[in-house]
Amino acid sequence: MWRDNLRAIYYIALKDMKTYYLKPPAISWGIVFPITWILAFYLRMPGDFRDLVPGLIAMTILFSTTAAEAVVINFELRLGSLERLLLAPVTAWAVLMGKILGGTIFGIMMTAIVAIGSILTLGLHPHIGYMIIIILVSCFLFSALGALLCVMVKEVFEAQTLLNLPRFIMIFLCGVVYPVSKMPVWLQYISSVMPLTYTVKGLRESFLPGSAPIIFRDISILLGFLLLCVFWAGSRFKRKFE
Amino acid sequence: MQNIIEAHELTKSFEKITAVDRVSFEVNGGEIFGYLGPNGAGKTTTIRMLTGLSKPSNGKASILNHDIRSEITQIKKRIGVVPESSNLYDELSGFDNLVFMAQLFGVDKNERVRRADELLRIFGLFERKNDPFRKYSRGMKRALTIAAALIHKPSLLFLDEPTVGLDVVAARSLRNLIKNLRSQGITIFFTTHYLEEADLLCDRVAIIVKGKIIRIDTPKALKESSETGTLEDAFIKITGLSPTVMVMEKGGGYNVAR
Repeated sequence: MWRDNLRAIYYIALKDMKTYYLKPPAISWGIVFPITWILAFYLRMPGDFRDLVPGLIAMTILFSTTAAEAVVINFELRLGSLERLLLAPVTAWAVLMGKILGGTIFGIMMTAIVAIGSILTLGLHPHIGYMIIIILVSCFLFSALGALLCVMVKEVFEAQTLLNLPRFIMIFLCGVVYPVSKMPVWLQYISSVMPLTYTVKGLRESFLPGSAPIIFRDISILLGFLLLCVFWAGSRFKRKFE
Repeated sequence: MQNIIEAHELTKSFEKITAVDRVSFEVNGGEIFGYLGPNGAGKTTTIRMLTGLSKPSNGKASILNHDIRSEITQIKKRIGVVPESSNLYDELSGFDNLVFMAQLFGVDKNERVRRADELLRIFGLFERKNDPFRKYSRGMKRALTIAAALIHKPSLLFLDEPTVGLDVVAARSLRNLIKNLRSQGITIFFTTHYLEEADLLCDRVAIIVKGKIIRIDTPKALKESSETGTLEDAFIKITGLSPTVMVMEKGGGYNVAR
């Protein structure tokens, strides 16, 4: 049974990549938007661009993993093709995990382009191992978060609206462009319950030598958010189809 | 002949309505079983329960000796489902759609391409195998949707209103195909509200109205017992549903005549 599920997860992710993710709208939303946004911020407040790199990578993770989830879940629900997947001899969990994996792989691809490009052009020397762990966990987490929000509603436009809310709040409150430590204390509390805060923090720390203990704390928190999103999305999805 | 489907008191209730109300029936192996009723009678809801897309509120059913509540995965491996709408992937080609379905159903890697090509030939779509699904005509879409349901060689095929929206020629070739599938030993559970079609195809039919099965018999027996010449007349007589005609009145308004 688990082999059937793993096979379905893989092929659903592959099909979604082919059908939805590797298309201009997803690429533009996943990579062009974060780069343009960060550049616009930099032009408004010029400084050391290297300080913005962790925020740029985090934003790319957030936007690329969730770039097409409203389509892969809600649009397919509307067309009836999601039901076709549920007729396969696999669990509803496997179907949802396939959807999440598609977003995760696309996120990793887009983030890799931005991260490698930034490191090479700006001559940065991060701890590659830590950075990869943060990117992998975060891509999986934000894809799961996107799936969770999408399964809460029916229509594509509802899902897109619901996705934009945390996306834009997190850009401002999670240290992407403005350090969390300089925010009012009450905003720092809000920031501490948002997963992107730990992605940005972890990425910043990966550029600092000897930051392993703090990074592992951030990774643990991200893993906690990941489990929460996966199980919550899974139970909502299962309930929706029973 | 072994019973392929056994439903006993199967019920599905939503908040305020009972869409399927204690239906019981058996479908024998190798037969075409018609599930007839007007729109909203509970036909699709019954199929959704039998195929694991919806949990029954009450009652029980088994398919190929597997319980629909506890062994739905085993059931899904051996059934094919053709929903009312052709819901394959617009962006993928006909061939890629079939291969994807084969992957999902665990068809052996070496077998997938061969099986997809074979079905595309059978359904007359081989020449267009690389065209995206969205470019297919409605009849072609329907045919590919049926092909997708057959990719893993199911023993039982659920067809939900398969000829809705098809032109006369496409509908006739689909009916021939259904007969051909039966001759290959595939049991077919078939819903329709086209009674002439049911008369041509079905070995037995169940008539469902407002969620309740009111008769199960062969089309011939239904016509004889109701002393009518067509299944449509028999259906109207048995169900007591009379055709409604909107008659335009002189003043421009409409009146309902029965």
